[in-house]
Amino acid sequence: MTTDPADTFRQEARDLLEQLEQALLDLDQNPNGDGLVDTAFRALHTIKGSGAMFGFTEVSEFVHEFETAFDHVRKGRTRISAELVTIALNAKDHIARLIAEPGQNTAAGEPILKSLCAIVDSRVDDAGLPASGSPAADEVKPGQTATTWRVTFGLPGDALVLGTNPVLLLDELRALGPCAVAALTEQIPPIEEIEPEACYLIWDVVLETAAGREAIEDVFIFLKDDMDLSIAPIEGGRSARPSATGDEPRTESQAAPAPKAAVGNAGKPAASEKASSSLRVPAERLDELMDRVGELVIAQARLSQIAAAGDDLNLKSVVEEIERLTSGLRDTTMGIRMVPIGTLFGRFRRLVHDLSDELDKQVEFLTSGEETELDKTVIERLADPLVHIIRNAVDHGLETPERRGSAGKAAKGTVRLAAVHTGAEVAISITDDGAGLDADRIRAKAEEAGLIPADSTLPEQELYQFIFNPGFSTASEVTSVSGRGVGMDVVKRTIEGLRGTIDVSSKPGEGTTVTLRLPLTLAIIEGMLVRVGAGRYSIPLSAVEECVELPASVAARDRGRNFLNIRGNLVPFLRLRELFNTSTSAELHQKVVIVSTGEQQVGLVVDQILGNNQTVIKSLSKLHSDVETFSGATILGDGTVALILDVGHLVRFGHSFEDRLRSEQTGRAA
Amino acid sequence: MSTMATATKAETLKTGATMRALTMGLQDEVFAIEAESVREILDLVPITEVPNARAFVGGLINVRGRVVPLADLRVMFGMDRPEPGPDTRIIVIEIELAGEPTIAAILADRVDDVADIETASIEEAPKVGMRWRPEYVKGIGKRGDDFIIFPDMGRIFGHEGGGGRASRNEERTGQ
Repeated sequence: MTTDPADTFRQEARDLLEQLEQALLDLDQNPNGDGLVDTAFRALHTIKGSGAMFGFTEVSEFVHEFETAFDHVRKGRTRISAELVTIALNAKDHIARLIAEPGQNTAAGEPILKSLCAIVDSRVDDAGLPASGSPAADEVKPGQTATTWRVTFGLPGDALVLGTNPVLLLDELRALGPCAVAALTEQIPPIEEIEPEACYLIWDVVLETAAGREAIEDVFIFLKDDMDLSIAPIEGGRSARPSATGDEPRTESQAAPAPKAAVGNAGKPAASEKASSSLRVPAERLDELMDRVGELVIAQARLSQIAAAGDDLNLKSVVEEIERLTSGLRDTTMGIRMVPIGTLFGRFRRLVHDLSDELDKQVEFLTSGEETELDKTVIERLADPLVHIIRNAVDHGLETPERRGSAGKAAKGTVRLAAVHTGAEVAISITDDGAGLDADRIRAKAEEAGLIPADSTLPEQELYQFIFNPGFSTASEVTSVSGRGVGMDVVKRTIEGLRGTIDVSSKPGEGTTVTLRLPLTLAIIEGMLVRVGAGRYSIPLSAVEECVELPASVAARDRGRNFLNIRGNLVPFLRLRELFNTSTSAELHQKVVIVSTGEQQVGLVVDQILGNNQTVIKSLSKLHSDVETFSGATILGDGTVALILDVGHLVRFGHSFEDRLRSEQTGRAA
Repeated sequence: MSTMATATKAETLKTGATMRALTMGLQDEVFAIEAESVREILDLVPITEVPNARAFVGGLINVRGRVVPLADLRVMFGMDRPEPGPDTRIIVIEIELAGEPTIAAILADRVDDVADIETASIEEAPKVGMRWRPEYVKGIGKRGDDFIIFPDMGRIFGHEGGGGRASRNEERTGQ
């Protein structure tokens, strides 16, 4: 765990900056969005405060200026505009830089602040506009008549030890407006129980101020999470006086008795309540946990096998119990590692925002399925490929507004990012409504590069796959964003590394869709165990569609053609015995496992189907990096190792295997 | 092993008076492996064949819950490869592959003992008189009247192992 407070600050700041960015982008789309300005402001304020606390003076100075300028927005004196959002985003980036590399780039902040001030000041006099982004409903707007608030607060028990000075807090309250302060003493324990360093007093303050609830909360901003705070407007204003003996505050403090136990009553926003119930855990610990659970699953499988061999009923019932617990534990552990993909989508809004500025194209960015969950390692590794694909969609996919106009489309292009759960996979699709891929141009380019013979008739589906070849770009112009042909091959490699697939579909004039299909997790899968010769192999159950017997007539017809008729569908099959050079004699009744690879169905002929098992995936070492037909290995109940078939690669391997056979045959004939 | 893999032959072999090595038999020859790189020695365990892998690393075994590639040095030295017998052992070693420490296992027809070998007695592999590829031999030592071969594990695994694609035409399992 990190113990360096500066690290904690950095991590916290990263989250806050992300919140800030999201709020700014939301404001861009919805300038009157409720509470968005406040979210942004709160994030700024916290960064400023904790930055100063941890010695990031540059950061807190810059943020202070930023905050001052932004205060105009909060007070409703400046309207949100696209320009303002862009500058604010730049300022946010600058803060991130300042935190990452203290002592550098300080000068770069000046122009940002200047332009921020310029835009804010120019609008200050723009009076009479509706207070944009007006805060919560009970907030009192500046300039309106003052409200009377009853503020009751008790400090956390260790506040004094940590250096909080209640006098300063009270002074800050006084600065907001005239107030009457009374100290409540009920919480003070009998003298023998008093700890001299603890703070037992509760203050009851009646405050008359024009500033809103927000401003009062800000006084307690660094204590808010641990303290007892209630802020309530008082009807009838002045008549209410704080009462040291009064019943009212007393009931309030009873409603939230021990300061430590009661977090978040009236004055607390719901968001922080949610935060308090989650926990930050270093990722390595989760990985370690997953490893342990993996070992447990293997050990349990072994135990089950031993129990099944004997006839001890007591043992069997315990083993069953353990089996149930193990699979529960496995599911929970995998659940912990699941992260909603929305965390990733957020980043792309900024990307699209910047791209649309840079390329002068109007882009609407729509996302759906943010709640779809994926293993955190998968999510982390998806970020770069998605950046490439989205860039491509905006840069190459969408046409310029003029060209869109002449094609009869709305000037504003749409890029849609969607995630859906399908079985054991998650499909992420990126759709643009641009010009679509130019199949002829890709074909020409592929021929030029010698990737396909000049007169080949490849289906478009396969033709599109060429855009993932290294150095393959059909963009006639290279922009700073894309067109160099690097990137898409990286995309493909990364996705395949995650055991996923990429499909591309496109309609001329209507747009392109790139779909990434990814397994839910990289750690444990359900597998179907089969036997081929003496070897046992696991096929990911998510790929299996059905199992049929290999009809004797088809089995006998060696080579020539290898297809099956499955309910009227033609399904080609591969004999794994041939692919794996199995020397033992074949089973009399061979089985066919029908698997799907993307759109295609392929049968895999095996000797025997042994059943389903939970498969803990262990990756193969570099020594086997040339063997592509297996995605990994697993350890079976009896302790032996079984290989996990990589269905996609296996089918491709089958293709090349058959090609070789064909060329041998024709070679012989000639 | 990492030191052996990175340092030059002469350097590694001439520093220090003796080196501790595990000696093992491959067919009629005695091979020595730096004892430091040896993690454990196992009796024969079930070996899972990897179809279409190179014969040198044609198998996988389970070492305490880890899937470990099993290498057969006899392939690299062009020896006969009879079926495992009662003396066959598996030596689990740690080697460095492309900069990463990797656990691998090697098949030995028999394991002799751990011996301190005088480094001064180790000579570089002669240019002639050997049908093995000279880069696989780091040096030849002498014990009594016998010779002990010091294989260059770094090269055997690193060169042939890491860059599997470079040697596609090599013999493969089951072929």
